[in-house]
Amino acid sequence: MVPTNYLIILSAVLFLIGVAGVLVRRNVLVVYMSIELMLNAANLAFAAFASAFGALDGQIAVFFVMTVAAAEVAVGLAILVTIFRTRQSVDVDSLHQLKG
Amino acid sequence: MSIDLLVLLVLALIAIGAALGMLFSRNVVYALLFLVLVMLTLAVLYLILGAPFLALAQVTVYAGAIMVLFLFAVMVLGTHSLDELGGPIGWQRPWAFFLTAVFLIEVVYAFAARVGKLGLLSCAEAGFGSPAAIGKLLFNQYLLPFEVTSVLLLAATIGAVVLTKDVLSE
Repeated sequence: MVPTNYLIILSAVLFLIGVAGVLVRRNVLVVYMSIELMLNAANLAFAAFASAFGALDGQIAVFFVMTVAAAEVAVGLAILVTIFRTRQSVDVDSLHQLKG
Repeated sequence: MSIDLLVLLVLALIAIGAALGMLFSRNVVYALLFLVLVMLTLAVLYLILGAPFLALAQVTVYAGAIMVLFLFAVMVLGTHSLDELGGPIGWQRPWAFFLTAVFLIEVVYAFAARVGKLGLLSCAEAGFGSPAAIGKLLFNQYLLPFEVTSVLLLAATIGAVVLTKDVLSE
């Protein structure tokens, strides 16, 4: 028997590490991984609440988040590869122009 | 201290340590492998939470498919380790760490102050979160979102192919 709070706190800590990663890292791939970490942290909160309230709907939400994450990664990485082909850099600070 | 709490604490330490490793490692491949470790730890947590379907989906979809896709992207883009210091906005980094720490303290306090109000994680009865139960709910109550998901995945597939078409034809 574990209080649900502990898992929610773990989820919050992982989410905030993801936030810090987005804010401080300059490699665009690591920024992307941090976004994945935030999605995972939210999933953990969903699963914890599903278990705490005995409702499966939370687990369904995790399933949908995973699907959206898969779609997001596919398109996002394709965009990154295209950007890298034109700019030859994975530094987010070099992406300061709307012009291609 | 019960055995459940002990297992949870060990898993939480591994997850947080691996997430910090991802945050601070210079090498992109190491960061990726740290992220895989976080995801596998979360899969074990899902098993404890009575969600075996989610645990297996986490291992196959996240730690498997998505991370392999990331690895392909790393191989295409190269494993440059950037000079992470400096940058156009010098004060951004310490300020970001400070604000994140403040937010962390606030969130942990908000949830730690409510111990007991959110209930205890009880051992789920047999069949809770099983693939059969998930499937029954998914194909009845959540049928429309499920079908919309297939359209989303198709759009993402077409989008990825179209975006990298020039790259492939070179």
